[in-house]
Amino acid sequence: MNTSPLNPTERAQGESAQVTTVSAPAKAQTRRFGNKVRDAGLAYIFLLPALIIFGVFAYYPLYRLFWYATHTQSRFRNKPASYVGLEQLKASLTSNDFISGLTHSGLYMLYTVPLGLLLGVMLAVSTHRRLKGIKIFQTIFSSTVASSVAVASVVFITLVNPEIGYFKNVPWLSLRDPTSALFAVSLSSVWQNLGLTFIVVLAALQTVPDELIEAATLDGYGAIRRFWRITVPLISPALLFLGIVLVVSALQAFAQIEILTGGGPSGATETLLFKIADPRGIRPLGVRASYSLGLFVLTAIVAGAQYSIMSKRVHYGD
Amino acid sequence: MATDPTVSAANKQNRLNQNAEQLVDPLVPAPYDNDKAVQPPRSGLRNAVATTTTYLVLTALSVIVLFPIYMLLLRALSSPLKYISAGQPLYPVSIEWDVFNRAFGQASLGRSMGLSFVVTFVIVIAQVLTSVLAAYAFAFLEFPLKKLAFVLVIGTLLLPIEVTLIANVEIIRKLHLLNSVPGLTFPFLVTAIGIFLIRQGFLGIPRDLRDASELDGYGHLRFLFKVAMPMSKAIIGSFIVIAFLGAWNQYVWPRFATDRGAWQTVQVALRTIGSENPGELNLGFAAAIVASLPLLALLIFFQRQIVRGLTAGAVKG
Repeated sequence: MNTSPLNPTERAQGESAQVTTVSAPAKAQTRRFGNKVRDAGLAYIFLLPALIIFGVFAYYPLYRLFWYATHTQSRFRNKPASYVGLEQLKASLTSNDFISGLTHSGLYMLYTVPLGLLLGVMLAVSTHRRLKGIKIFQTIFSSTVASSVAVASVVFITLVNPEIGYFKNVPWLSLRDPTSALFAVSLSSVWQNLGLTFIVVLAALQTVPDELIEAATLDGYGAIRRFWRITVPLISPALLFLGIVLVVSALQAFAQIEILTGGGPSGATETLLFKIADPRGIRPLGVRASYSLGLFVLTAIVAGAQYSIMSKRVHYGD
Repeated sequence: MATDPTVSAANKQNRLNQNAEQLVDPLVPAPYDNDKAVQPPRSGLRNAVATTTTYLVLTALSVIVLFPIYMLLLRALSSPLKYISAGQPLYPVSIEWDVFNRAFGQASLGRSMGLSFVVTFVIVIAQVLTSVLAAYAFAFLEFPLKKLAFVLVIGTLLLPIEVTLIANVEIIRKLHLLNSVPGLTFPFLVTAIGIFLIRQGFLGIPRDLRDASELDGYGHLRFLFKVAMPMSKAIIGSFIVIAFLGAWNQYVWPRFATDRGAWQTVQVALRTIGSENPGELNLGFAAAIVASLPLLALLIFFQRQIVRGLTAGAVKG
C-alpha cells in the first residue's frame, strides 16, 4: 500500500481498513470507534481557520458595536469613553436622523425591487424562445453583470449628473431636486442588477417543462393565461430569491450614493448605510454603532423572511 | 439538520442542470422536436409579423440596456470640454484616443488595478481553501458541537460587512493594518456561502464511493483531494467565479479600510479619478471601462459558471 509517511491520519486509516475488510459489520464498528477522536481532531483543524476569521471579523465586531452603542466617546481619542447604558441606543434609534435614513432606504427598496423584477422578467421572457440571433440578445441582456456598483454609478454620471449628464434637464431625474434625487440614483441600481435578474429568471424559465406549456395550449389557454397560470407559479421561487437579493442590496446601497450625490441635496439621499459609514465624519461613533445595530435587526428580519418563505415553498419542479 | 433552503434548492437546481447537460450527448440523436409539432400552423404573413414584432421588442430592450454603456464609451473618448460646448450630442466630439494611456499615467490606474488583482486573488484563493476544508468537516466528519459550529457559520449571514463596518474599521486600525493588503482582505478570507455551496456538493457524493475509497486505504486527505474535490469540480468552479466577481466589485470595505490614495482598489479609485479637473473628466469614464474588463472577460469565458453561481448563491457584484 502506498501511503505517505507525512500523513499519520491517512496511514492509520489505511491500516484499520486493511485489518477490517473481513466482514462489513466488523469493519464499520472498527472504523467508527477507531477514528472517532481522530476525526473530531481533523474536523476542528479543518474548521479552525473559518471559525477564527468569523470570530475576529464577524462576532467580535458585533460585541464591539454593543460596546460602542452603550458608551459615549469623547471627540479626543485619548480620553476614556463613558458608559451610558441603553440611553444612547434608544436616543439614536428614535432620532429623526435615523428615521430619515430608514425612510430613504425603504424608498430605495420601493424604487429598485419591483421595477428590477419587472424588467428582468421582461428581458428573460422576450429571449426565452427559438429565434435566429437570440444568443446575441441574451449576451446583451446579461452584460451588466460585468459592472460593479461603482462602475454603474460612474456610468450614471454620464446620464444624470446635474452638470454633464445627458438627462440633466429631465425634471424627474434631477439630482438637484430632493424629491427626485433618490429615484434617479436608484435607476443606476436597477440597471446594474438587470444582468443578474435576467440570468436568474431565464435559468428558471428554462426549467419549465415544454410539455406543460403544450398541454395548456391544447386546453385552449392563451399566451397571457399560460404565462400567469403556469410560468409565473413555476418560476416564483426564483422571483422570491431575486426579490430578497434586491432587498438586501437596496439595504446596503452606499457607493452609488457617495459617487452620484454625496448624500445630497440636503441629505435627501442619505440612506441608513450612508449615515453609518458617514464619509464626512459628522456623527459620533456611538450613534453610528447604534444605527449599525438597527441595520443588523433589519438584516435579520430579511434573512428570517427569506428562510420562512423558502422553506415553505421550495418548488423547483422535480 | 438545519439546512439553508436557498442552498438546497439551488443544489437541486444544479443537479437538474447537470442532468440536462448529461442529456446533451453528441452521440445520441436529438430528440424529436415536440414544440414545433404542437404549434398550430400559421400563415406565412402572420408568422412574419410576429417575428418582426419580437425583433422590434428585443431591439428596444437592447437599447435600454446598452444606452448607458454607449454613453460611457462616448464620454470616455470625447474631449470633455469640447463635447460640452458642442451641446452634448449623441456622437463623439474630437476623440482623444490617448485617454486610456493618460488614465494609467496621470491617474495611476495601473497601481489600483494591480492592487485590485492582488486583493481579489488573495480573497478567492483563501475562500476556496477555507470553504473546502470547513465543508469537508461538515459533510464527512462527526465531531462534538458540530451543530453549534454550523449555527455559528449560518449566523454570519446576519453579519455582512455593512453591519459590522465601523467596528471592523476600528479593529483593523488597532491592528495597524489600515492601508495594507492584509487589512483589505482579512475579513473576507472565509464566507458562509462558499462553505454551504461546497458542502452541498460534497453531500451529493454517493456513500458507496466513500466506502470504496476507505476500502482502498484512502485517508481523509486523499479522499478529499482525489475524490471529493474532483467530483465537486462544477460547484467549486462556479464558486470561484462568483467569489472573483464579489471580491473584484467590493466598494464599502476597501473605501473605509484605507485612507491613502495609493491603497485604493480600482473600484474606490473610480470615485475620484478625473473628478478634480473638468478637462479630465473622461479619465474617470475610461477608468470605469478598464475596471470592467476583467469581469467582461470572465463573462465571456466562464458564462456557464457565472450562470450557475448566480443561480445558486446569494452572492452578487
